[in-house]
Amino acid sequence: MMKSMTKKQKELLLRIIAAAVLMAVLAILPLKKYPLLRFALFLIPYFTVGHDILRKALKGIRNKQVFDENFLMAAATVGAMALGEYTEGVAVMLFYQIGELFQSYAVGKSRKNISELMDIRPDYANLETEDGVEEADPDDVEIGSIILIKPGERVPIDGVIVEGTSSLDTAALTGESLPRDVAAGQEILSGSINLSGLLRVQTTKEFEESTASRILDLVENAGTRKARSEQFISKFARWYTPAVCYSALALAILGPLVNMLIFRVPGNRALWSDWIYRALTFLVISCPCAIVVSIPLTFFGGIGGAGSKGILIKGSNFMETLANVRTVVFDKTGTLTKGNFVVTRICPAMYGGVAAETLYTSRENTGNKEAAAAESGKASEAGDRLLEYAALAERYSSHPISRSLKEAWQKSLEKRGQGIADDQSSDLSAARVGDTEEISGKGLITEVDGLRIGVGNLQLMRDLGVTITEENDHSDVEIGTIVHVCAGSEYLGHIVIADEIKPNAAEAISDLRKTGVTRTVMLTGDAEAIASRVAQKLGLDEYHAGLLPADKVTRLEQLLDEMGGGSSREVVNDGSIDGNGSNADSGKDNTGSSAKNGNKGKKGTLAFVGDGINDAPVLSRADIGIAMGALGSDAAIEAADVVLMDDDPMKISRAIRLARKCIRIVNENIWFAIGVKLACLLLGALGIANMWLAIFADVGVMVLCVLNAIRALV
Amino acid sequence: MKKTYKIDVDCANCANKMEEATKKTPGVKDAVVNFMALKMKVEFEEGADVDSVMQKVIENCKIVEDDCQIFL
Repeated sequence: MMKSMTKKQKELLLRIIAAAVLMAVLAILPLKKYPLLRFALFLIPYFTVGHDILRKALKGIRNKQVFDENFLMAAATVGAMALGEYTEGVAVMLFYQIGELFQSYAVGKSRKNISELMDIRPDYANLETEDGVEEADPDDVEIGSIILIKPGERVPIDGVIVEGTSSLDTAALTGESLPRDVAAGQEILSGSINLSGLLRVQTTKEFEESTASRILDLVENAGTRKARSEQFISKFARWYTPAVCYSALALAILGPLVNMLIFRVPGNRALWSDWIYRALTFLVISCPCAIVVSIPLTFFGGIGGAGSKGILIKGSNFMETLANVRTVVFDKTGTLTKGNFVVTRICPAMYGGVAAETLYTSRENTGNKEAAAAESGKASEAGDRLLEYAALAERYSSHPISRSLKEAWQKSLEKRGQGIADDQSSDLSAARVGDTEEISGKGLITEVDGLRIGVGNLQLMRDLGVTITEENDHSDVEIGTIVHVCAGSEYLGHIVIADEIKPNAAEAISDLRKTGVTRTVMLTGDAEAIASRVAQKLGLDEYHAGLLPADKVTRLEQLLDEMGGGSSREVVNDGSIDGNGSNADSGKDNTGSSAKNGNKGKKGTLAFVGDGINDAPVLSRADIGIAMGALGSDAAIEAADVVLMDDDPMKISRAIRLARKCIRIVNENIWFAIGVKLACLLLGALGIANMWLAIFADVGVMVLCVLNAIRALV
Repeated sequence: MKKTYKIDVDCANCANKMEEATKKTPGVKDAVVNFMALKMKVEFEEGADVDSVMQKVIENCKIVEDDCQIFL
């Protein structure tokens, strides 16, 4: 323990030990007969342990800053000494200093813990120069420089890999423990650790603008946006200390006077010293340290702990809002779904439970060399054929749908070990595709292997006179875009292309419910049918489909109104710079913070979760904006209040839980400290509490609160 | 204009007092002291002379809390 102490702390510890030993010795020595000597001797430990407090108290008085804890302690102990309670006088000072030491140790320790948790600041970069490789300060590396990252080293600056393959440990950034494989051409972010291979990287950002620096900056500045409870405490401390001092004075003077005048108690020295003693215990109890230090400590720990799990919370105020979330609004693409369009289902047409055969017979007629393989007639083979026809037909189209079809076909070829080199396969397939006619909004018609193939939507099938029997009509169960394929007038089947739902999205939603979220809403620009199925599959309460980006803001405002606090935006900023104190001075900060502090009249708050692409206005309009998968996206990091470093939707409920825990600890500390203090003040005024209880009420409560606060850092 | 300074102060309440004192200094529009990160963020009035304002801020902070430091 000694090792991790600062010089100041060690000095204080020595003073405490010396004074404690001296005091114990003096308490045992039979000095009762020599009152003056006893007094003089007790002054030694008293000054040893408390000289700095006395000096500060005097300075405070000189600077007209009377009411602080130094004054409280000085007055209480000087008073106790004057009353002849030497042991107690020294003990109060002693315990007060123990408390101070503990507090400063605990604070220093959590500062260190958090900087260790967030230890992503690189010390150097291996800069490639004309004279070889040299270790440079990351700050001095210019954009476009080539740096080398050896295995085991931290990526110092964001960049693009020029040469080499490796796997990266991104745990410090995302909390994700699985290493990520990277190769030349890929972008890598500072803060991650290179695990296996040597990488040559061309930097794309300056050190200051790199991910690691930005994250650290964000976490360190989080404390400058103070939570309501923090503001409450500093206001509380401002009137509390003077109030207690005046009450103590009143107690010392009015107590005896009332007794003398009303109860006709004889006004002797004992009466006065009894009431002065009570007043002194008052002073000791009243010290506001416990709450004043434990609240920011809790937030600091909470924000630091969350940061190490890949959840960046931009301020203590957002911690409060997040803990209160009752409605969560999601953007669909990139948040609940992966945002990539892929073939999710291939569904060959069935005729009486048997996959369409026509395809293969016609292929045999054309004498295709692959025809032999089709003889088995299995559904999976039929599926491959279906995909092949669709992909070939879409060969010359650049529509996103045709791209997904071609990708899927390429993949299935590779799977079957027929992954032919790209140019070769395109030569081969080019020969098989004839004239193509694209019909806008419907699909296209082309010739493949001499067959007239139609690929498109239902309308196209109708136009071509193709009937889809009930057996083959799955339009009401499929999620996504359905692409129908026909040959001549025969229906071959359909392929579903959809934005994949994230594997744990449904679990994330149900987990949110468990944390007490009562309403989950999805906003999307997609069509009604797709939205409704995604919402159903995920168990969402509501969805709103077909929204343009601007509509999303309007819809969100409606939701805010429904929560009964729609006007919260207009709450006046109380003059602090809570909201716009960060380096990220986006316009949102200036307009957003006031509202975020003004959710008092509402039942819970509303969170919007988006991926930061196109939804910055919505992110800032919500009570709390959560951007996910925002690693490296500057716009999202700036617009959001909470940044999830990867795109795992489970992190939303985890963030809410962390915030809840943090706020719970804060409330526990506030009520516990104020409760114990008020109780002790009452007991002290009644003359039941002695100085020792008062010391507990001060130092004991503070230690307990600090220990409780440290729990937030997990 | 905003600037961030490193500070050194021992107790949380002292940090609050520094914040108050800084806010009251002429030329300072707003100030936030972050005790846990030991940082102070000062927003200056338009056209204020940062150096002289900060000297005044240090003086004012020393009055409320003798044992504090601001690293300019």
